[in-house]
Amino acid sequence: MSKYIVTQNVADCIGCRACEVHCKDKNNSGPGAFYCRMIEVTEATATPPRIDFVYLSCFHCEKAWCVDACPTGAMRRRDQDGIVFVEEGACVGCKACITACPWTVPQWNPDTGKVGKCDLCKDRIDAGLEPACITKCTTGCLSFTTPSAASQAARQAFAERMHQNLRR
Amino acid sequence: MTETRHTICGMCAVRCPVSVQIKDGQPEWIEGNSHDGGMGKSLCAKGGATFAQRGDRQRPTAPLLRRGQRGAGEWREVSWDEAFDYIVSRLQPIIAEHGGRSILLSDRGGPFADLRQAFLKSLGSPNYINHDCTCGRNVHHAAKSVYGLGRKDFAYDYENSRHIVLFGRNITESLKVKEVKGFLKAIKNGARVTYIDPRASITAGKASRYWQIRPGTDYALLLGIANCLVNNGYYDHEFAARYISGLPEFKSFLAPYTPEWAAGECGIAATEIETFCRELNEDRPKVIIHPGWMLARYRDSFYASRMIHILNALLGSIEQPGGLFYPKGPKDAGKSGLKSLASLVPAVNEERADGCGSRYPQWDKGAGMLQTALEAIDTGEPYPVKAYFVHRHNPFIAMPDTREQRRILDKLDLLVAVDVNFSETAWFADVILPESTFIERDSILRTEKGLKPGFGRRQQCVKPQNNTKAGWEIYLELARRLGKGEYFPFKSIEDIWQYQLQDTGLTSADFDAKGFVKLSDKAIWYDRDQLKFGTESGKIELVNPKWEAMGVPSLAPYVPPVTPPSGSLRLLFGRTGYQAHGMHQNNPILCDLLDTNRLWINPIAASRIGIKDGDLVTVANGDQQGQIAAYVTDRIHPEAVFMLHGFGTDVPVKKRAFGRGLADQLFMQGKLKEWDKAGGGLNLAESFVTVTRV
Ligand code: SF4
Ligand code: SF4
Ligand code: SF4
Repeated sequence: MSKYIVTQNVADCIGCRACEVHCKDKNNSGPGAFYCRMIEVTEATATPPRIDFVYLSCFHCEKAWCVDACPTGAMRRRDQDGIVFVEEGACVGCKACITACPWTVPQWNPDTGKVGKCDLCKDRIDAGLEPACITKCTTGCLSFTTPSAASQAARQAFAERMHQNLRR
Repeated sequence: MTETRHTICGMCAVRCPVSVQIKDGQPEWIEGNSHDGGMGKSLCAKGGATFAQRGDRQRPTAPLLRRGQRGAGEWREVSWDEAFDYIVSRLQPIIAEHGGRSILLSDRGGPFADLRQAFLKSLGSPNYINHDCTCGRNVHHAAKSVYGLGRKDFAYDYENSRHIVLFGRNITESLKVKEVKGFLKAIKNGARVTYIDPRASITAGKASRYWQIRPGTDYALLLGIANCLVNNGYYDHEFAARYISGLPEFKSFLAPYTPEWAAGECGIAATEIETFCRELNEDRPKVIIHPGWMLARYRDSFYASRMIHILNALLGSIEQPGGLFYPKGPKDAGKSGLKSLASLVPAVNEERADGCGSRYPQWDKGAGMLQTALEAIDTGEPYPVKAYFVHRHNPFIAMPDTREQRRILDKLDLLVAVDVNFSETAWFADVILPESTFIERDSILRTEKGLKPGFGRRQQCVKPQNNTKAGWEIYLELARRLGKGEYFPFKSIEDIWQYQLQDTGLTSADFDAKGFVKLSDKAIWYDRDQLKFGTESGKIELVNPKWEAMGVPSLAPYVPPVTPPSGSLRLLFGRTGYQAHGMHQNNPILCDLLDTNRLWINPIAASRIGIKDGDLVTVANGDQQGQIAAYVTDRIHPEAVFMLHGFGTDVPVKKRAFGRGLADQLFMQGKLKEWDKAGGGLNLAESFVTVTRV
């Protein structure tokens, strides 16, 4: 796992897919390729209906299947923070990483004949900024954080809710 | 070198504040303008596809003159000089024979319309029209009839609301960035949300209560709610005593419309309506019942909206935190406003071709009414209309029955389209004047009303990539060539800005830092004991004698909607948050999100017809038919089908979108002639289609 994690507050997500667009605009991922994707999960017969969207991107695995599968070393992991990314020049388009990833996360760019994937906008991170999808999410429901900070934030929110309920 | 410029988004009519980073003359990054706290860096998908639009070559990139038949798509690329000369040479004889009044201009309204109004006025025409007959006209006129104020004279304080009630106002998809953020904050703060719509949009998924109402019965439900509130005394008696007139008549009018009665019409149980009303009583005055944004739907949409306006008043939610408030302007902050361009030009006292203010005395002259203007083009009554400028407006998609519109517009001597895209209407025009994309153009300054009023500026961030111009350049040049240059003594946008700012003590440099200037640091609220309304009595009039005298009864008895003919389903339409009004279906990024629409159909209707999810179906009305895939879902009422709007373009150069999906407006034959008689909004939800398996 990279030292970062992206969390999503599903209650605030409106499925507007701006995150996908901000990603495509920044990364030029090519037609049909989505480094991050909103997956709709619907329960139409519930009252009121449940219409939720789940943000799915790359998990930047600690032991990345894609990296292990790549025959040329194009798919690699950054030492300093564990971001898994493709070095485009070295990608031969064999798609081994796509097959190897349990969630089929690496994306095929038909324009370049190479694989592309989420690198958490590492150039932005290096400039002290956050990834495009998170920076510009329409509702601010995505957070760029670390696992321990995410856990702390979730516990804080839960504690506040519990406290409120106790006072009722 | 990297530079940041603040401007105003132009990808949809919401016009959010945005910031663009530019490196060596090229656009690098766009985000929400975070100097505006409500906006932050947030940007919707359409705004995010701004650079993709600029780079898209499947758009008009130079002035075009038609060569072949109208609509045949044969164009000759010409210089701006030649395009202007051509327009002038066609306009001069029209003006000589029929007068300036025979020129019409329609756009999509908004804060920059002053320039176009000034242009048209300088030619001596009263016929400026915006798109509102397919949008908020019913809401606007309903507000006038209750408060004597327009629909934009109220705004909504979502964040502090306790209960937000939405009759089809799809906040999460027909989305305004700041509004949806406020809405979600309200939910986080514990507000209830009641969403009422025959289709469960994404907004239904955010609601605490969703009512899948029978299509066309909103007014019945509202009458039932009003009856319950009034009979149980669930309203703000003090506010009513002070500001509302006509309550006794209102009460007796409501007598037959009990919640039980309403339940029979709209399919929402009476006990549920009663529980809802009790909640309103608990939550008032921090209640917002949204009176509708786009409400050109049913023949009684005016009355439905009117009833909502009345309910808000009864609940005392006017000029109230957590309710509705008056957006304040420069005057409220003790400051002068922007000078108007239209005021540079002498008044035009001609009768309007569309009959607003004459044949239709109740309709505002300001925004006009396009369907009755089309009648004027068709019949030459009350006088001939021979030239039409369509400015980034697309009636062929926005208005029903494109085929009939084509027949009518073909009677024009001149049809000029000014657009960023090849709109379906532009494709039928005689001349296309390509406008620069919003990051490539300046616009006139706008007034930003709100609790903290101010002014905002759209400025050019990068040079046009193609041979395009900004609207202000186009209209000023046309005016000059038509001999009206004397009214517009401006050489540059700076000159225009300076003129607009003349009384304000500001200069355009004051906009550099943030893109806007606020005229007040703190929120301005009026004294709730001194509220003023625009009616003749100064009160909120449940019975409005002025409107009654114009033939519009204030308390209209309920008339049930037409039931779909046997075997037919009512056709409803709507949109997503990432493609609006057919403007973006061909955008290189946005087309990738969705390249066709589907027919939403309820499992009950689907099984009756023998359709399974994903089946290809034929949708038909009369001789109009087409095929798309079915989406079988409980999210649509059994009496209706639904499709996303803006698909099925017939403009072949839009290669990514051409022929994909179906265009709902084609199935609305005859609907150019059917509108809400009181409010003027077209009845866009009153067409029926048959559905069969292919
Ligand atoms: S931009 Fe934000 S709100 Fe919109 S779909 Fe993506 S995560 Fe959800
Ligand atoms: S592409 Fe798949 S395997 Fe590779 S790091 Fe991402 S989630 Fe893990
Ligand atoms: S809602 Fe989106 S497209 Fe519309 S103005 Fe705002 S950012 Fe631009």
